[in-house]
Amino acid sequence: MAKPSRVLHQSSSAANGRRKLALVASKGSLDMAYPPLILANAARMSGIDVEMFFTFWGLDIITKKKMGKLSVATVGNPNMHPWFGIPTLLGALPGMSWAASWMMRGEIKKLGFPPVAEFVKLLVDAGANVYGCKMSMDMMKLTVDDLVEGATVLGAMEFMDLTEGAQIVFV
Amino acid sequence: MTEDILDTIEFDDDGFMVNAADWTEEIGRAIAEALEIELTDRHWKVINFARSDFEKTGEPPTLRRITQQTGVSMKEMYQLFPDGPAKLAANIAGLKKPTGCI
Repeated sequence: MAKPSRVLHQSSSAANGRRKLALVASKGSLDMAYPPLILANAARMSGIDVEMFFTFWGLDIITKKKMGKLSVATVGNPNMHPWFGIPTLLGALPGMSWAASWMMRGEIKKLGFPPVAEFVKLLVDAGANVYGCKMSMDMMKLTVDDLVEGATVLGAMEFMDLTEGAQIVFV
Repeated sequence: MTEDILDTIEFDDDGFMVNAADWTEEIGRAIAEALEIELTDRHWKVINFARSDFEKTGEPPTLRRITQQTGVSMKEMYQLFPDGPAKLAANIAGLKKPTGCI
């Protein structure tokens, strides 16, 4: 039994104060976009500071033109067979990836999770810091205007400076 | 003075009320004071929703559910209840600790 107090709601803190979580999102498929978003949201809801670095394919998650159209692979995805019962050869048929992505979006919605674009906005509003990887952006010819509102561009070394003492999760 | 009220209430190890039915607005105010949160009308809007939703579902509402149903934005929720909006709202509303992921 413990009386309510501020202390009970503060997460165990790092040596220099608040606990901080750094997430590196490197994959841009629909299924792999959610883990970093869900973890970031759980951290913010627990009062943990969050820095999110989107690199390479992960950039699609925060790119305005791509974030609403992420899809799941039906070929070369070993998890696809038991779940959907789609053998790899059939997965290569036109429209298969579209159909599987459509199904997955439906399942995600049923669980009460928002679509990717809405989820990213929610995280920005929740105070998570969202960064696009500069090198990946140069390679894909993207500028900060292509990213979701609230995102900034950052180099990997700057990200290291920002995440000193943080717990780092790579997805 | 308000401290006395909390002494009469049973809390779990995380500081959440064990019996949601024992809650009154006065207890809510006392818990908020212990959490160092100054309650405004906007806080009450969230707390009252959490109470009524709990009566319907038996679970404290998730943060997303609160924002969708009350019109209080996500940004505002973090301003009203810094350091964990869904948990703090449930705590003040006398509900159990929320376990939802969203």
